[in-house]
Amino acid sequence: MAATPQIGRGRTGALSLWLWKGVRVALTVAVTFLGLLLVTFVISRYMSVDPVRGGGGAGGSQSTYDAMYRAMGLDRPVWEQFWIYLRNVLSGDLGSSFLPKRPVADDLARVFPATLELATVGILIGTLAGIPLGVVSAVKQGRAIDQIVRVLGLVGYSAPIFWLGLLGLLVFYARLGWVAGPGRIDIAYEYSFTVTTGLLLLDSAMQGAWDAFGNAFSHIILPGALLGYFSMAYISRMTRSFMLAELAQEYVTTARVKGVPEWRIVWVHALRNAAVPLVTVVALSYAGLLEGSVLTETVFAWPGLGLYLTNSLQVADMNAVLGGTLVIGAVFVALNLLSDLLYTLLDPRTRRQVRP
Amino acid sequence: MTRTEWLLSEEPASRRQARLGQAYRTWLALKANRLAMVGLGLVLALIAVAILAPWIAPHDPIVGGDLRTDRLLPPSWAHPMGTDDLARDILSRVIHGSRLTLMVVVLVAVIATPIGLAIGTTAGYFGGWVDTVLMRATDIFLAFPRLILALAFVAALGPGIENAIIAIALTSWPPYARLARAETLTIRDSDFINAARLQGASAPRILWGHVTPLCLSSVIVRVTLDMAGIILTAAGLGFLGLGAQPPQPEWGAMIAGGRRFIIDQWWVATMPGLAIFAVSLGFNLLGDGLRDVLDPKARK
Repeated sequence: MAATPQIGRGRTGALSLWLWKGVRVALTVAVTFLGLLLVTFVISRYMSVDPVRGGGGAGGSQSTYDAMYRAMGLDRPVWEQFWIYLRNVLSGDLGSSFLPKRPVADDLARVFPATLELATVGILIGTLAGIPLGVVSAVKQGRAIDQIVRVLGLVGYSAPIFWLGLLGLLVFYARLGWVAGPGRIDIAYEYSFTVTTGLLLLDSAMQGAWDAFGNAFSHIILPGALLGYFSMAYISRMTRSFMLAELAQEYVTTARVKGVPEWRIVWVHALRNAAVPLVTVVALSYAGLLEGSVLTETVFAWPGLGLYLTNSLQVADMNAVLGGTLVIGAVFVALNLLSDLLYTLLDPRTRRQVRP
Repeated sequence: MTRTEWLLSEEPASRRQARLGQAYRTWLALKANRLAMVGLGLVLALIAVAILAPWIAPHDPIVGGDLRTDRLLPPSWAHPMGTDDLARDILSRVIHGSRLTLMVVVLVAVIATPIGLAIGTTAGYFGGWVDTVLMRATDIFLAFPRLILALAFVAALGPGIENAIIAIALTSWPPYARLARAETLTIRDSDFINAARLQGASAPRILWGHVTPLCLSSVIVRVTLDMAGIILTAAGLGFLGLGAQPPQPEWGAMIAGGRRFIIDQWWVATMPGLAIFAVSLGFNLLGDGLRDVLDPKARK
């Protein structure tokens, strides 16, 4: 008789726990995003570039300067300026870039697919290479293959990505001629298909423009492989340590005693359990590729977010720089959140805690 | 009693002997790790080259040779790394560049470590809303990719090596703060802290005198592990033209300068890159070794 209300209480407890968790996550994200905005706001208002002169007011008379000063709202209290900034950003207005005068939000929407495509190719290569390499080096711990993977990873951690990119261009483009050079696609193919999603590989393949697809692929493969290599360094290292932990578990011994073939133990039983934390690792390296893409895109003249950011930096276009920074920060936060959620969904143990 | 026996004694007679003995044991464990020794060698080489730069560089790093005959020469005995487009000896520039790299690493460590320690120990010691506010701020800084945030700071502060250092330091402290907080939480309620509190020691005194020293070793290991990343970030800023300005021989900026010639005069961009690679590999190897020795959890 005492059992019934207890189960009932457990159920509502679980539900409210889930709700509470959801509210907390939402609050955390909101606070983090507000913080991101505060950081970019402070950088834009309190650093040495005068927003009026930076915005094109240089060289004008004092009255022009004052007019622009007021038009930009700089004569109002700081908290009010922040409030205006906040309202603008939330309604999708990131200000205008100075040269050519265009809304930053439009610019960012235009360049984002290029970065997304590059980072996706990178993470695919990094995951497809990194996980098997990590599994093999965990199984053959301390042997030659383990050492080779370790050294490969260390090189990935230690080499400047822009330097490897230049060397890659030198060897694979200039000397060997295996891949196409800088840029996303040759001019000859640029209008052979309509761009709808902005992901050139996807667009050209869907319209059966296979020549253009081949050309775009040949452009993306080198920078993509480079980014993939850097995420592989991290993914293989983490896979190795997760697999070592799994292979030391008792269920592995049990499976061995039962006579399950070794490949099945490693690739099915152990990898399946190691895959749960690996999802987080992959999501985090996907976010990390955003950072790597800034330098990679500069080297490969890849017209994405990174190149946009560095080009804006060269002309001290603060609205564009901060808009780009904000978008990258927001994607970073979103991916972190996604990896947390996936982890909760995939790991049955985190679920059992809240079930009655 | 030999010196080794004195160091490894099971019953140290003084605090100094115990401390030196502990350091010696750490050193022995580190010495057994061959890769860590390679890393240490590379780091020491960087320091030696940086100190001795004016004496070992064969040419002037800023003033080049004859612009008509000495430009873009391939590597040879006279110029082991070749010359660049202003007829400057690349080896000499790489050697002098080590000073800038060392300066960046040291200054970033000197600025970022105290910030991280102060914020982390304060948050961990006081707890409550102080903890919440400080850690939320830390998380916000962690929410930006480091290079991107450094880019935004440098863009606002203006390019230059000093501003690059400030920007990198401002983006480096959050992991140290988290680490210091975690360490502080484990010792906050220990008896010796309570004893100090009962004796009337003030919070700053406890934080500075008792908590910080205990957090220091793990934070220092973390900083060492981060140094390769600091070098790479600085080189990236230099490559984008936001770090050291010409004619300073900063390695990242040198790669950017050689970018135009990468197809025909490959050595101009390749050589400084090798230097960055060697130094950050050195810090990575040393950091890995130190972590294995000092952190029993990571020992395998």
